[in-house]
Amino acid sequence: MAKSEAAPVFALGIRLDWRQAGILLTLLGLLTFFILVPIARVLWVSLSNDEGSLTLVHFANFFLRPLFRESLWNSFVAGLLVVFFGSLIAVPLAYLSVRYDFKGKILVNTLATLPLVIPPFVGAVALQLILGRSGTVNLLLMRWFDMSIPFMEGLTGVVLVQTLHFFPFIMLNTAVSLSNIDPSLEEMAQNMGCHGLRLFRRVTLPLMLPGFIAGCLLTFIRAVDDLGTPLMLNYKNLLAPQAYLRITTIGIDDVDGYVICVILVGISLASLLVARKYLSLSEYATLHQGAAVARPVAGMKRLAILLFCGLVLTVSLLPHIGIVILSFAKVWSFSLLPTAYTLDNFTEIFFRAPHFVKNTLLYTVLAAGLDVFLGAIIAFLLIRSRVWGTNALDAVATLPIAIPGVVLAVGYLRVFHGWDFPGLGAPLTSTWIILVVAYTVRRLPYTVRACYAALQQVHISLEESAQNLGANRLHTFVKITLPLISGGLVAGGLIAFMTNCVELSSTIMLVPRIESGPISYGIYIYMQSPLGRAAGAALGVVAIVLVSLGTYLTYRIFGGRTGSAFRI
Amino acid sequence: MPASQVRLENIGKRYGEIWAVRHVDLEIAKGEFYTLLGPSGCGKTTLLRAIAGFISPDEGTVFLDGQSVTHMPPWKRNLGMVFQNYALWPHMTVFDNVAFGLKERKVPRREVEPRVLAALAQVGLKGTEGRRPSQLSGGQQQRVALARTLVIQPRVLLLDEPLSNLDAKLRQEMRLELLKLQRDIGLTTIYVTHDQEEALTLSTRIAVMNLGKVIQEGKPREIYESPRDSFVAAFVGKSNFFSGTIIRSLDGFLEIKTAEGFQIKAAPPPGYQSPGDSRKILLYVRPEAIDVIESADEPPKVNRITGRVAASAYQGSLVEYEIESAGRIIRVNETNPKGKPLFQRGDEATVTFAADDVGIVSE
Repeated sequence: MAKSEAAPVFALGIRLDWRQAGILLTLLGLLTFFILVPIARVLWVSLSNDEGSLTLVHFANFFLRPLFRESLWNSFVAGLLVVFFGSLIAVPLAYLSVRYDFKGKILVNTLATLPLVIPPFVGAVALQLILGRSGTVNLLLMRWFDMSIPFMEGLTGVVLVQTLHFFPFIMLNTAVSLSNIDPSLEEMAQNMGCHGLRLFRRVTLPLMLPGFIAGCLLTFIRAVDDLGTPLMLNYKNLLAPQAYLRITTIGIDDVDGYVICVILVGISLASLLVARKYLSLSEYATLHQGAAVARPVAGMKRLAILLFCGLVLTVSLLPHIGIVILSFAKVWSFSLLPTAYTLDNFTEIFFRAPHFVKNTLLYTVLAAGLDVFLGAIIAFLLIRSRVWGTNALDAVATLPIAIPGVVLAVGYLRVFHGWDFPGLGAPLTSTWIILVVAYTVRRLPYTVRACYAALQQVHISLEESAQNLGANRLHTFVKITLPLISGGLVAGGLIAFMTNCVELSSTIMLVPRIESGPISYGIYIYMQSPLGRAAGAALGVVAIVLVSLGTYLTYRIFGGRTGSAFRI
Repeated sequence: MPASQVRLENIGKRYGEIWAVRHVDLEIAKGEFYTLLGPSGCGKTTLLRAIAGFISPDEGTVFLDGQSVTHMPPWKRNLGMVFQNYALWPHMTVFDNVAFGLKERKVPRREVEPRVLAALAQVGLKGTEGRRPSQLSGGQQQRVALARTLVIQPRVLLLDEPLSNLDAKLRQEMRLELLKLQRDIGLTTIYVTHDQEEALTLSTRIAVMNLGKVIQEGKPREIYESPRDSFVAAFVGKSNFFSGTIIRSLDGFLEIKTAEGFQIKAAPPPGYQSPGDSRKILLYVRPEAIDVIESADEPPKVNRITGRVAASAYQGSLVEYEIESAGRIIRVNETNPKGKPLFQRGDEATVTFAADDVGIVSE
């Protein structure tokens, strides 16, 4: 009797493991097809000759071309300069926001989010209007001093725009590291007679270094991968725009474009691995509750702090101000401010060409939903299952962080172009679906991370006690696990949503036709003609509003730990 | 003897190459308070989880009421488990936490509320049903966890170190409450702990475990007073151990010379036969069985060792001494110290204990 009772249940146990293994294999297959295969194709094209054998000749050619050597050098220098200037702004701000308490501190916290809500390529256009050769500032300088400063020319402009956009990444990561330092570590040093600058140099600095370095590397990766800013500023001697130009102007078969892609991935991967190493070091100093108390500051010191913050804030706000003004402009050319104002631009984007906004909402919501769905399953498998192969799943799902949008797009074009997708009757790249795929893949690491973190907070005994009280696996997941990780799911979805709202680098290559383009593509198209600029700005305002909304909601859910969402 | 309610037959569970438990046989009768006692990593929690159904053993069979449940999923076993961290669901109120098991069992709606409230009243938590677990103290959370389990009227109650997260005073209170509650309901209970005092207080029977095996099984008194080996003697209560050899048998005593050179008289263990045996043996004396007297006084008990006080800690109901002699520290608990001399560090003192209080164990 005992035996007959055990048999069917035993079969159930086996079946459950098979089910998990089946899901795992399906996911691995899916991710391999949409992540590994395109990347492998790009790598293969760059490493093979016409006869199909391995060769390094394409890489040799790359280094023989002065234009490519210059682009590589420029990308490096620009990345380093962005990190350098970004750190000059970010580190003092991070220290101020964590260690001091003063009236007007909201300024500092606003600074951390303002640049994040405006995509860099939108900021680039706005800054050109204000700081460009015939922008407001230079017009004033010409009028008063008969001189001009080339803020926005060439590499300077790229570095300026990227610095203003990316410094929050350094700030947020440094601040997280700083606030994680157990106060007793510093108190112990003080107790032994160490104080002031020496305390900072010997204890505080080494402890905050991991977060700082991780932030720097993240900024470096993003700056090197950024395609929109150089395109908008019409500066092409950088790696990302070179890759784009080779593929779009010479063609999908141009080997040089693939070589540049591989080099871009190499830089990203190397930086990411170093960043990982530093972030894992930061664990030793973390504390989970009872953060250090911020010291109150008043008087002259407070004034100095506010002046510094005010200055940075003003400069960071310039793109936002510029884009809003431009969106209401009828004519703005060779004048301090627009000479006439109108609502036509918004009529244009909402009524005459509403597809940009509609498409963006459709693609990003779909992609965010898919990301949350996949992220939850992957995180669940990573944490709760003992099936072989979860490590591989983790690695593949995280890989897109290191893949620039341009490279993924090139891979997709190469793999899917001219091949009728089963059930679609047309190549994947000729429909808007490819954009949803690209968006989903690019932000998957973020949702996996958010879900993973949320699920980690759910102690397994919470699920076990439900099973003990009579709930089967499905009931346990629906009634216990899901409600407990919903915050993480929503936060992950929001991050995917708002970053995809302003995605340009893969969008620009993958949009099959203008009517299928999202906002970012619309902005790019409008900005090509002087007459369309204002309508592009109106789209930019919509993008800012969408991203602000996402940021605000993320803050509401994540609270003060929002910074951790932008970590690696 | 009534049929056992929980029976483990040759249970073994392996993690990689390591056996967490192996060759474990247990029988637990209805109404027992059965404790699995042992240091961390001894396999006691593994056994409990195998009974609950969270792990399936690699070897052996788990029987509940005579029926094999080895591969039955946890939600079909109708066992109530209280977790070490209580595992209260933070997104539900106290009421919903307690009602969960009833709803899973599809108990009619109008029955749920009275039963939940009765369970809460049973653990002394009337009026908390609207609160969230995070608004309760540790002791209250513990009671909710207990109520949540009791309300489904489980076949067996499984407790995984339920008191370890409470502070010392609360732990003692809860211990007594748990004892009364279990004896009142008569619910078969399996209790996992590393705290020997808890085990002795609560249990009808104890299984002392080490390295994945049950070393000794018995009533609390048997475990404490007749430990089978040095591990049990050291783990359950405290002991002064001496290794030595038997010199001779005299007047019904065994005379033993220890490695330090002490001469100790011990009562021969039951079944002891070969006098004059010179093999090595291990002795233990419980600290509370030893008295401390002035060296000049006549010792009231047959064994005496003179030494110097190395530490003296007065605690009201008892004094803890460490007496040093021949390079050895002898621990003494002098209970009810009122009216007795209080020795200070450096004083000369003599310890004395009866031959009946010297235990002989295998090493």
